[in-house]
Amino acid sequence: MAARTLYDKLVDAHVVRNLDDSGLVLLYVDRTVLNEYTSPQAFAGLRAAGRKVWNPKAALMVVDHVNPTAAQRTRAMPDRSAARQVDYFADNARDFGIEYFDILDPRQGIEHVVAPEQGLVMPGMVIAAGDSHSTAYGAFGALGYGIGTSDIEHYLATSTVRYRRLKTMRIHLTGAAPLGVTPKDIVMEVIRRIGADGATGYAVEFSGPVVSDMSVEGRIVMSIMIVEAGARGVVMAPDQKVLDYLKGRPRAPKGEMWERAATSWLALSSDPDARFDREVMLDVSEVAPLVTWGTSPDQAIAVTDIVPDLVQQDGHDRRTAAMRALSYMGLTPGTPIQSVPIDFAFIGSCTNSRIEDLRDAAAIFRGRRVAEGVRAIVVPGSTQVRAQAEAEGLAKVFTDAGVEWRQSGCSMCLAMNDDVLRPGERCASSTNRNFEGRQGPGARTHLMSPAMVAAAAVTGHITDVRSLLRGARQ
Amino acid sequence: MIPFGQVTGVAAPMLAPNIDTDVIMPKMFLKGVDRSGLGEGAFNLLRFSGGKPNPDFVLNREGYRNACFLVVGPNFGCGSSREHAVWGLQQFGIRALIGTSFAGIFNDNCANNGLLTISLDPGVVAELGEIVTDSSRNDVAIDLAAQTIRFDCGRRAIGFDIETDRKEAFLTGRDFIASTLVFADDIRAFEARHRAENPWIV
Repeated sequence: MAARTLYDKLVDAHVVRNLDDSGLVLLYVDRTVLNEYTSPQAFAGLRAAGRKVWNPKAALMVVDHVNPTAAQRTRAMPDRSAARQVDYFADNARDFGIEYFDILDPRQGIEHVVAPEQGLVMPGMVIAAGDSHSTAYGAFGALGYGIGTSDIEHYLATSTVRYRRLKTMRIHLTGAAPLGVTPKDIVMEVIRRIGADGATGYAVEFSGPVVSDMSVEGRIVMSIMIVEAGARGVVMAPDQKVLDYLKGRPRAPKGEMWERAATSWLALSSDPDARFDREVMLDVSEVAPLVTWGTSPDQAIAVTDIVPDLVQQDGHDRRTAAMRALSYMGLTPGTPIQSVPIDFAFIGSCTNSRIEDLRDAAAIFRGRRVAEGVRAIVVPGSTQVRAQAEAEGLAKVFTDAGVEWRQSGCSMCLAMNDDVLRPGERCASSTNRNFEGRQGPGARTHLMSPAMVAAAAVTGHITDVRSLLRGARQ
Repeated sequence: MIPFGQVTGVAAPMLAPNIDTDVIMPKMFLKGVDRSGLGEGAFNLLRFSGGKPNPDFVLNREGYRNACFLVVGPNFGCGSSREHAVWGLQQFGIRALIGTSFAGIFNDNCANNGLLTISLDPGVVAELGEIVTDSSRNDVAIDLAAQTIRFDCGRRAIGFDIETDRKEAFLTGRDFIASTLVFADDIRAFEARHRAENPWIV
């Protein structure tokens, strides 16, 4: 048999049948996670057609997008439309027999944090879910990808999706990351090099010594964020670190079954001579902490740089869009990005809300105070992450620094709940999207790593986190 | 899904790259449990400023208010998976998008609802965009069965590619779930084999 990529192997292992002779297949999906805002119309469709869920045990329902993050959590939603979405979500869980974590459940949180925490994400699976950041699961050697509501309905009714095979891209990472450079910076560097559509139409495999050395949580960051280059699926070869992460999780196999699964999982990788449609190489020793200046995630610069001169943008439409972005962001070319003051600092989102992210941020906040005039909030990715951060003393570091310590949820990643910026407010944000209006109409978002957000919070302006890390070491 | 045969109407240019689904359907309109009211949400923050129509936005300009096609820039529909973006465009009257590339999830969402996406070479899209920028030359006719786009007051026609299965689905307005459930026995057989090989998956 010809050499195959890991992506091809996972797809091959899930093809129920071909649907035409040009690569359209019926693909079996092992698992999904449902949220309250992209699933309601799918359930309504099932109800209207009198259809059942094919395999209710393969789904988990988690409220994450609309829930408030106030420190005192109650079941009540702050507005009627959110309450209606949550009520309908609970009705659907009950009527279709699907497991449901409500917002008071100790296992609740952002779907992409919760599913791995519970051990529901295993190597070799195909996991399609109604959120673009479902690529998260690629970090485990599963094929993870996002689908829309019609495909959620199709999946629920059939346990399959209609699927057209993607092109493959390998992103090979070598070198040693300098001080202050995190997985977020590495993936942002890839995105700025290949562009916001650089991986559109591709399934991405991350590989190389940097990936092997990286923690599973760091791999999740890259798997999620590469969606902002258009990646439609992500995979990585599972290794001992993935096994160590999964072992003992509530839904992970146990005993003899674990041994069997582990053996099978460690065999999952691309063949050495497998061909990829595109190869991207990056020496991460060249990467600096990054920050976005515009309204597309590829509009990023090193924190030591100046806001770019847009004459260098090629093409009229691209230049016009970049100028609009600068105007929206209220920035002038030539301005050192470090001189830009912020109003708000947000640490959270499926990209950067796990325990390692909170440790990175706490290392900067420790012994420092949030600058005057800045509001800083930390929204942990799940109730479990929150509990762990409290047990490790991180929560106290945050509150001592004047940072608000909140309950879990998607929060200001998309501001569907009550955490919304006002027009013109500028936010240092550990999220994944800096689109116009993303954190509120007229709000200005600068994407960066959690440690960089913490650095901006304590100085009051965008700041090279390395200056604070060096200070801490002396 | 809404079937698509021959559609004739006004095309509006929207050629910026990377127009994301947050711009197409802002989050304020994502809090329903059905598909209603999304026409108002389509491009809402671009269409309105301070509660009034923004005269600079192309779909508010004379000659473009009843556009049913958009000629768009690369990677249109990137970002969030929200299908509300597609429902909103359709409720606003948009029937087809012509561009160089579309974001993956968005493109699938379009296909599942009958919003036709047509990918053409960058040079062709640029030329078409320039022609429809002139409001006296912005009428376009798309014939899916013949796979042609007629433009520039009917003077020009070009062909476009579409996968056979997708074309059939658009022409007939197929119910994808019903067509998949025809293979229910295949799914059951696959499932039994797959679980035997991977018994840790439930």
